[in-house]
Amino acid sequence: MAKVAMVEAITQALAYELEHDPAVVVLGEDVGVNGGVFRATSGLQQRFGKQRVMDTPLAEALIAGMSIGMAAMGMKPVAEIQFSGFIYPAVDQMINHAGRLRTRTRGRLHVPMVLRAPSGGGIHAPEHHSESNEALFAHMPGIRTVMPSSPARAYGLLLAAIRDPDPVVFLEPTRLYRMNKQEVEDNGEALPLDTCFVLREGGDVTLVSWGAMIHETLQAAAKLAEQGVKCEVIDLATVSPIDFETILESVEKTGRLVIIHEAPKNCGVGAEIAATVAEKAIYSLKAPIERVTGYDIPMPLFKLEHDYMPSVERVMQGIRKALEA
Amino acid sequence: MKTVASFEIKYQQHLDPEGHLTQKKLPKFAENRDELLKMYRMMSFVRVFDTKSIALQRTGQLGTYASCLGHEATHVGIGAAMQPEDAFFPMYREYGAQFWRGVKPHEVLLFWGGDERGNNFSGPQHDFAWAVPIATQFHHAAGAALAFKLRGEKRVAVSVIGDGGTSQGDFYESLNAAGAYQLPVVFVISNNQWAISVPLSAQTACATLAQKAIAGGIEGIQVDGNDIIAVRDIMEYALDKARTGKGPTLVEALTYRISDHTTADDATRYRDKHEVDDAKKKEPLIRIRKYLMDSGAWDQQQEDKLLAECAAQMDTEVQLYKDAGKPPVESMFDHMFANLPESLVAQRDAAVAEGQHHG
Repeated sequence: MAKVAMVEAITQALAYELEHDPAVVVLGEDVGVNGGVFRATSGLQQRFGKQRVMDTPLAEALIAGMSIGMAAMGMKPVAEIQFSGFIYPAVDQMINHAGRLRTRTRGRLHVPMVLRAPSGGGIHAPEHHSESNEALFAHMPGIRTVMPSSPARAYGLLLAAIRDPDPVVFLEPTRLYRMNKQEVEDNGEALPLDTCFVLREGGDVTLVSWGAMIHETLQAAAKLAEQGVKCEVIDLATVSPIDFETILESVEKTGRLVIIHEAPKNCGVGAEIAATVAEKAIYSLKAPIERVTGYDIPMPLFKLEHDYMPSVERVMQGIRKALEA
Repeated sequence: MKTVASFEIKYQQHLDPEGHLTQKKLPKFAENRDELLKMYRMMSFVRVFDTKSIALQRTGQLGTYASCLGHEATHVGIGAAMQPEDAFFPMYREYGAQFWRGVKPHEVLLFWGGDERGNNFSGPQHDFAWAVPIATQFHHAAGAALAFKLRGEKRVAVSVIGDGGTSQGDFYESLNAAGAYQLPVVFVISNNQWAISVPLSAQTACATLAQKAIAGGIEGIQVDGNDIIAVRDIMEYALDKARTGKGPTLVEALTYRISDHTTADDATRYRDKHEVDDAKKKEPLIRIRKYLMDSGAWDQQQEDKLLAECAAQMDTEVQLYKDAGKPPVESMFDHMFANLPESLVAQRDAAVAEGQHHG
């Protein structure tokens, strides 16, 4: 089996669903002939035609709003937002309509759409291309927010997102698009949503992360393992709603929790995890919860982006703090 | 310099404010008296519904309500021209169109009465619920139209926006996409001259709102929105055009918001009484009633009987609304997702337990 990078795994998942479900349509800016600016839809229009893989006018609110209309009429649109900082015009449609339509019509209408968007920094991109905005969507009722951290999870979670009868915001870490190829069987098997993945087991400290930061987290865990520290690494995967069962179970075992995310700290998803662990398992904690995150500043341009994003060293410092307390 | 492109906006009217025909040839449906009477009856009911709804709000039996007084011809004209398989994307005062399509009056009352069951209304089950965020519904209509086109269905999406809504980016984006994809969609501007307190003259420098279609590369038509014959005529034209693959249309219906914006508004703060008095002379029911009476299709006795019937029907609807009571607390949660996530199950249980104390 050939190894694929995350961006190719995403293309495979899109192709699989386009082939097996006639209701699926891929749309977005430059997703057609060009195959998307990150090439996530590469070759799909050639293979499935312009009726299934459509370029849209350059308007993000339109892309989201039109997807809502299509989805409510029985299609399964998989829409692409080109860059993370361009997603905000679509937010109105997502919060006011995508997340509300099922509940406000008491189930009469629903919105089986996926809004795919690149996420995060680390690829020397221009301004407004490197934002981590998952907390924004996590705060919206009625919407699932998913962030894969490997080619296999991107494939399985994207399939699940497309098949889910409700709206999913699927945020793809651009830094992982071409990193760490792995073998992914293109068998159409979805991975579960609303479920964390335990990537490494250990009894000393629980590390919760998601998206690209999983890699710094795993590296920190590997380095600390050389010093005899056993880290448990949990990939959140579905950022909202959160699978707290897995996290609480781990924290009850380790008594220590470090949350690592690239997005700003203030009101980040880490705050929700920390608060819930404090509510439900504070007596299991042997140390204060640590958060290793981006700073509460606009995402800097690329000369400073690695000073903004948590490094392996910063993650290790956070872990040591939790261990020493 | 030379002219590289030029455009024109057409205006359609059949009945003037005095109820006189302005053109010799009537559209086919208007030659059928029963069809005209059916529309007139609906317009009359909508008027009764509106008056009663405002009274319910004033007596504390309904929340804030958006009146449709003066828009009856535009709304009923839209509804009467559409087919059940078409999809409707209203803003929030198009009751005439919705009643025609099968939405029950008490369901509208439920919505304004603070009960989301009102959005789960009767009629075509694919029709969208009201869109309060201005202009967002145009995107949904464009998306539905795209779905119909991709599946090769002979269906049309119809959406309504106000004059203020034409200042929104969503409005232009939808028009542009409809043109680019040649979508089977009809966009209607219910131009009632006022966006709460802002008059049309402060909203835009455009001579017409229909001309905004030109920027999207689609046809724009202006119609007398207080003339039920003209509205249905132009809607039938635009729907037929869309259904036969000839593309989208923007219809600007010229009408007037005789009422306040909603029951929470007081239009005397910003609007001249003489303007409203003048608009009342041009409102849609007067002219069609006069036309029907002049042509011998209607008389005062029938009018009195109709109004009594409308009042009785409305009483029944008001009772249904009142009997609905408060929705169950768990209904806030039960339709959030197809499958309720674990985190919401706990919140649902807590809310239900708490709700038992509220009664």
